[in-house]
Amino acid sequence: MTLHNRMKLEFLGLPENVSFSRVVVATFASQLGFTLDDLEEIKVATSEAVSNAIIHGYQNQPGGVIRLESCLGNDWLEIKIEDDGVGIANIEQAMQPAYTTCSERMGLGFSFMQSFMDEVKVESAVNRGTRIILRKLVKVNNAHSMTEH
Amino acid sequence: MILEFNSAREILLVRIKGEMDMATAGQIRQSIDNRLQQEKIRYLLLDLSGVTFIDSSGIGVILGRYRNLNRTGGKAAIIKPQVVVKRVLETAGLQKLIPICDNEGECLRLLTGANH
Ligand SMILES: Nc1ncnc2c1ncn2[C@@H]1O[C@H](COP(=O)(O)OP(=O)(O)OP(=O)(O)O)[C@@H](O)[C@H]1O
Ligand SMILES: [Mg+2]
Repeated sequence: MTLHNRMKLEFLGLPENVSFSRVVVATFASQLGFTLDDLEEIKVATSEAVSNAIIHGYQNQPGGVIRLESCLGNDWLEIKIEDDGVGIANIEQAMQPAYTTCSERMGLGFSFMQSFMDEVKVESAVNRGTRIILRKLVKVNNAHSMTEH
Repeated sequence: MILEFNSAREILLVRIKGEMDMATAGQIRQSIDNRLQQEKIRYLLLDLSGVTFIDSSGIGVILGRYRNLNRTGGKAAIIKPQVVVKRVLETAGLQKLIPICDNEGECLRLLTGANH
């Protein structure tokens, strides 16, 4: 698990920063041999975690800070997204497909993170905040095609 | 994000251009709901060919409008999503509720059962 590159980003939990953060992460990830489809999936997963930090973590109140850190290895990407918001009391329940605490929403966010990334970890403490860790591997075929040509 | 509306009889065609996420979801929801309240609409066609990104917030807007329409006997369909957007819609299983079509004619035939 050798680390090749790392970046850190801190920004306010505002709706306009969701697009900004997913584009930054996808651009950073494009240093590895991810396909365009992979990069789109990374964008959606990042968008979900950052949106959740704003909507649920900070309850849509402006002023909350979101910390994002991303690491690249030889064939893997890791993204950590952290808020200091309300936290999640029951993580297992929150991650159930279609579970939501918001009547207007569909409970799709965690399902998307799980479908589009290889690993999703959630760490949370009530009234302290939430940290989402997402990992994705470059598929063998892509990694080979990068070195063989 | 740009919205274009076109309505005729009981059909409302909404063309959405740009990204559908939490930054744009509120405005899209409001604008469509305004039109649905002002006019007597039974068929809602969402042309997503100009949408370059969608996540759960965007899908929430589509599903919410579909549910409201469904309650009054109306129907909805999605026209020509780009490949990346279609993949996200299908991952959510949206096509099981809302048909995804290649063009307006196909959509209308499917929804109304008539030959437009
Ligand atoms: N950062 C967070 N802080 C506090 N609670 C969270 C956080 N992220 C998720 N949750 C909780 O987990 C639930 C499920 O999240 P998920 O993203 O799957 O669905 P959603 O955000 O409610 O709906 P959607 O993602 O479809 O808009 C949320 O309703 C919320 O209660
Ligand atoms: Mg969510």
